[in-house]
Order: sequence, then structure tokens, then C-alpha cells
Amino acid sequence: MHEMSIALAVVGQVEEAAARAGGVTAVTSVRLKVGELAGVVPDALSFCFELACAGTVLEGAELVTESVPGRAHCASCADDWAVGMPPQLCCPVCGEATAGLLSGRELRIADVHWEDGPARERTREPISEER
Amino acid sequence: MCRVVDLQQAVLAKNDATADALRAELAGRGTTVVNLLSSPGSGKTALLERELLLAREGGVPVAALTADLATENDAKRLARSGVPVKQVLTDGLCHLEAGMLARHLEGWLPDGTRLLFVENVGNLVCPASYDLGEALRVVFASVTEGEDKPLKYPTAFGLAHLVVVTKTDIAAAVEFDEAAFRAHVEQVNPGVEVVMTSARRGEGAGALLDRAMAVADGGAVHAPVMGRPQNDHHHHEAASESHPQPHSQPHAHTQAAVRPVESSRLFGAVPGVVAHSRP
Repeated sequence: MHEMSIALAVVGQVEEAAARAGGVTAVTSVRLKVGELAGVVPDALSFCFELACAGTVLEGAELVTESVPGRAHCASCADDWAVGMPPQLCCPVCGEATAGLLSGRELRIADVHWEDGPARERTREPISEER
Repeated sequence: MCRVVDLQQAVLAKNDATADALRAELAGRGTTVVNLLSSPGSGKTALLERELLLAREGGVPVAALTADLATENDAKRLARSGVPVKQVLTDGLCHLEAGMLARHLEGWLPDGTRLLFVENVGNLVCPASYDLGEALRVVFASVTEGEDKPLKYPTAFGLAHLVVVTKTDIAAAVEFDEAAFRAHVEQVNPGVEVVMTSARRGEGAGALLDRAMAVADGGAVHAPVMGRPQNDHHHHEAASESHPQPHSQPHAHTQAAVRPVESSRLFGAVPGVVAHSRP
């Protein structure tokens, strides 16, 4: 269960990007691409993400995970196939071990929705991330 | 104002960058890292103890770092070989990360170490995702674990540069089907070498050390399909990912729009880059 480490890495990178951009008051959603061969369980990640966001500018942010199917391409016979799970990484047509993955190993932050300044009228006390 | 910001960053980019830096730094010191992955109880420590002893007898300067959730039992066993050994207690964490390894090596790794064996936490799931700066990744499976282990843990076996089968002395007793096991390894990692070993009977003695020394001497390393950079330049759908369509909402393409920083190694997805062997 390394999803907590993954969630913390996601939160850390979004925090850094928000700090670089400046003026970010809240992150509302984060979209992740998760390949089926990435070795990450989206449900476990969602659970950890909520915890990892607590007390940060991402507090309450939604995690949207997009699953990316694994596909491979054979250099010998130019066949493309869905690798499946468990994956079949030898070419099903010619049997050669010359495949390359086209997709499926992604573990990537695609994009982030955030709110930024100028600060609107506050209806409550600002939390530290909103300075 | 609500903005959609394209980050396009690999989640483990930081670990990958740290691993690459560590690999380069250690290479500069003449040290090659071997990352050993397996389930708990696969016989990693017994085999490693024997290989460390062989290295010492052969005059090869080696060291070993062993990670466990708790106890120093493994370090005590490995230290019997007489080579420098360090125990890392992860306090419950299921895997090592490159930064953790770097911190543990600081001030400990003896100068002139040729090979550093890192015995990862016994777990075939989480450690598979973390590059530690190794030049050789080895996955162990004992004959008692079932021939379908490579299919159950495809990421671990799929990213291995070498697969070591342990406890072959009891293979007959547990009716281990070597051909089936090899076929399953081949399915998730075509072309990877599978070595049969028995720490008790001496089968395959020195094989791990030989393969590690070959890599340390600059020999070619197997390039797993799963570890090769994803080559998706001829797929329009995938290619469009790196050139996103404009969003209807205001778009912050300034400092926050960072170019993809995915590693071309274990988590590679660099469009248009041709597959290459790891150094």
C-alpha cells in the first residue's frame, strides 16, 4: 500500500506549482492519468488523497483518476494489441519479444483546477494558505 | 478566477530525479547499486549472505543495506559474511525511496565499494514503483510461491533485469513447474534471464554476483518491455495528450505550465523517444 506516498507526492507537486503561480486560493480538482500497469489502485489512492490534502491549499479537492489501458506495439510485425491484465507483452501475432509499450505505465498529473486572486470578499477568517 | 492548469508531471518525477542523481553520483564513485525485490520469506537474505561471502573471498569490495519494517535480524545474518552491512528500519513503510537510500548511504558507504546490494522491504507491490538509482534490479521468487507469481505481480517481474528462483533444493517436494514459471516470466518480461538457485545446496552459487559484476563492468543490461520509454508518436490520440486542446476556461500557460518531466526510465512516457537499454 504505497498509495499514501503517491498521494503525498501528488499533493506536494500541486502545492509547488500553485506556489510558483502565486495567488492560488484553493485547488478544486486534480486529474490523474493512471495506467493499468502503473501498479496503483485508484480507490486506495482516492482515500489517501483526501487525507493528504488536509491542511493544504488542496483541502477538499476532488481527485479525478483516468484509467489508461495498456497497449503495445510489435516492432517486427507492426501489430498493436491491448496487453490486458496480467499483461501479455510478447507479440500475440509473431511471438517476438520486440514489443514496446504505447501506453499503460502512466502515473501522471494531467491538469489541475484552481481558484486564484484577486482575493474576493471573505466571508470567514482566512486560513493560512489564503494569505 | 477558476483556472485549468496543465501540469503534465509524472507523479514520481521527484523520486526518479533523485534516483538518477544518486545513480550518477555513485557511478562517479565506482559503485553500482543492485536492488533486490521479493516477497517476505523468499530466501533473499540467505542467498545474499552466500553471495556476499563469495565476493569477499574473491576480493570484490561489496556492501549491503537491508530494509525491514522491524528487527535487525537480517543485518546480523548478512554481517556474518564480513562485509559492511547496514540495517534500515522503515517503521512500517512498505518500500524504500531514492531519497531515503541516499540519506542512509551518507557517511556510511565505504569508499571503493564496487557493488552495493540493497535488500528492499519484502513486498512485491510497492517497491516496484520506486527507482532507487540501481543499475540492476533483481526479483526473487522461491519455488514454494507458485508458478503464477509473475502474473500476480506483473509490475515487479515486468521491470526486472534478472529473475532469481530460490530454494530449488525443495522444488521436487513442492512440485515446482519450472517451465510454467519461465513461461509466465516471459509473458510479462520477454527476454529476461531466469537463474535457478539453492542457497542450501549451492546451485547457481555466484550467479547473482557474476551478473552484478558484469553490469558494474559496463556490460549490457536487459531492457524490460515495461521499462522502455513508451513510444506513442504514431498514435494520434496519445500524441494529442502532449498538445492539449484549448480549454474554455482561462488557461495559465505561464510558470505553472511545466513541460513534462517524466523520467525516460522506469516510468517513461516520452513521446517520440526510441526505446533504449538502460546503462
